[in-house]
Amino acid sequence: MPKVVYVSPTGDAREIDVPAGTTVMTAALKNGIDGIVAECGGVCMCSTCHVFVDEKFFDRLPPAQDTEEAVLEISAVERQPNSRLSCQIKVTDDLDGLIVRLPEKQR
Amino acid sequence: MSSGTVIVGTGQAGFQTAASLRTEGYQKKITLIGEEPHIPYQRPPLSKGFPLGIQDFESIELRPRQFYQDHQIDLVVGKRVTAIDRAAKQVKLESGRHFPYEKLVLAVGARNRALPLKGAQLDGVLYLRSLDEAVIVKERLKNAQDIVVIGGGFIGLELAAVACSLGKSVTVLEALPRLMSRAVAPLISEFYRELHTSKGVKVVCCASVSEMQGSGGKVRGVLLSDGTQYSGDLVLIGVGVVPNDELARNAGLRTANGVAVDEYLQTDDENIFAIGDCAEHPCEFAGARIRLESVQNAADQAQCVAVAIAGRRNAYRALPWFWTDQFDIKLQMAGISNGHDCVVARGNAESRKLSVFYFKEGRLIAIDSINRPLDHMMGRKLIANRVRLAPEQAADESVDLKKIASSTGMPHS
Repeated sequence: MPKVVYVSPTGDAREIDVPAGTTVMTAALKNGIDGIVAECGGVCMCSTCHVFVDEKFFDRLPPAQDTEEAVLEISAVERQPNSRLSCQIKVTDDLDGLIVRLPEKQR
Repeated sequence: MSSGTVIVGTGQAGFQTAASLRTEGYQKKITLIGEEPHIPYQRPPLSKGFPLGIQDFESIELRPRQFYQDHQIDLVVGKRVTAIDRAAKQVKLESGRHFPYEKLVLAVGARNRALPLKGAQLDGVLYLRSLDEAVIVKERLKNAQDIVVIGGGFIGLELAAVACSLGKSVTVLEALPRLMSRAVAPLISEFYRELHTSKGVKVVCCASVSEMQGSGGKVRGVLLSDGTQYSGDLVLIGVGVVPNDELARNAGLRTANGVAVDEYLQTDDENIFAIGDCAEHPCEFAGARIRLESVQNAADQAQCVAVAIAGRRNAYRALPWFWTDQFDIKLQMAGISNGHDCVVARGNAESRKLSVFYFKEGRLIAIDSINRPLDHMMGRKLIANRVRLAPEQAADESVDLKKIASSTGMPHS
């Protein structure tokens, strides 16, 4: 099963086994990762599942759609070139070891 | 030990209050009491992905059960709070059990407005609000052929889209001259009428329903006051909600269109707050006291109250926003369009990329967007920050809204 590493704003890392097909947001909620709020439930209406994707993985993700790009414009912590919404990242075997860093705040 | 905070209602607002209290560092006891037998879940998918079978219960839980234990939130489900004793500062359950509180948050929601017509008790006449109701709707949709939806608002139209996508024959009966008329401009209503019609849904506006007809105790159709009949073996009713304000009213708290609260979301009793669908609050973006039924309103009001209970009181001033998913189209709405005196379109319906900008006395107050997500997100900034935008600029697609929106700081929710 692919693994995803969540790194808190203070640098604490937690590695989680995530079934392929599950989003990075859903896996965070299921595993008690604080720092992902997911207010809208994963429909690209809020920015509260914002993450920074490690450079090694960023280019391997399918590019963000317009809706996601627009939402990133209103994130509580200003977006960076490696910003994504975790509700839009589906974990695949290919992404095993994916590292995402959580912003200091989501609201 | 302190009695801490008691939250009544396990919907999005109640859940978020509990979660945000812990995020804000609140260390006292938190008790979250709900009438429904389930742990807190998201309501929006109940009229979208859930009946379509795309989402199951596990995928709509707001958090897994373990979350409440991990955050020392005492979750009491399947229990109805029947009274508030303000003098003793405690709430009482049906069973007689008492929960003392230091602060009380009423997040008791709303219930479906009933259509008290002849035939309303027939088998096959359904409403949708709770998960249990959604389970029944989903089950009944399997074997039904002709679906009549009464109410062309968000819920009715979302259900119509679901039923149509499942291959059913669908008729929508709306009492007013156009769809979603309380929320959106005619241009958007027309877009949705065409969308539904193009998929095969029969949309009837100005439809005055007089009774549900049936035989053998089962619904067979709907009769309009002009004598038109529509046959249906399943009738889904979505004609709005009424706020659950009885608990507050019986405790002597002021109610109007819901539990009346001030800009701090406090009732007349400083230890009692009301938030979410049940709360009538002053809204600077509407320029009036309003009650909203939305995820944004529930979550942001919960956050505001949690911060206040944790010790930093701030007035509630988040910008309202909403969405609805029908077929493959998402409508994104920002602001409150009531009272607009000027409407401007950006893009057009033919391209399926359309935003409608609403102005009042020259000021932008709301934007509805279809497939123009950047307009929506920039709209939130523009409206929240009261950035000046002329109607001509809104209509001109060469005007960069992002640039105008970023000319001031970030909005805050």
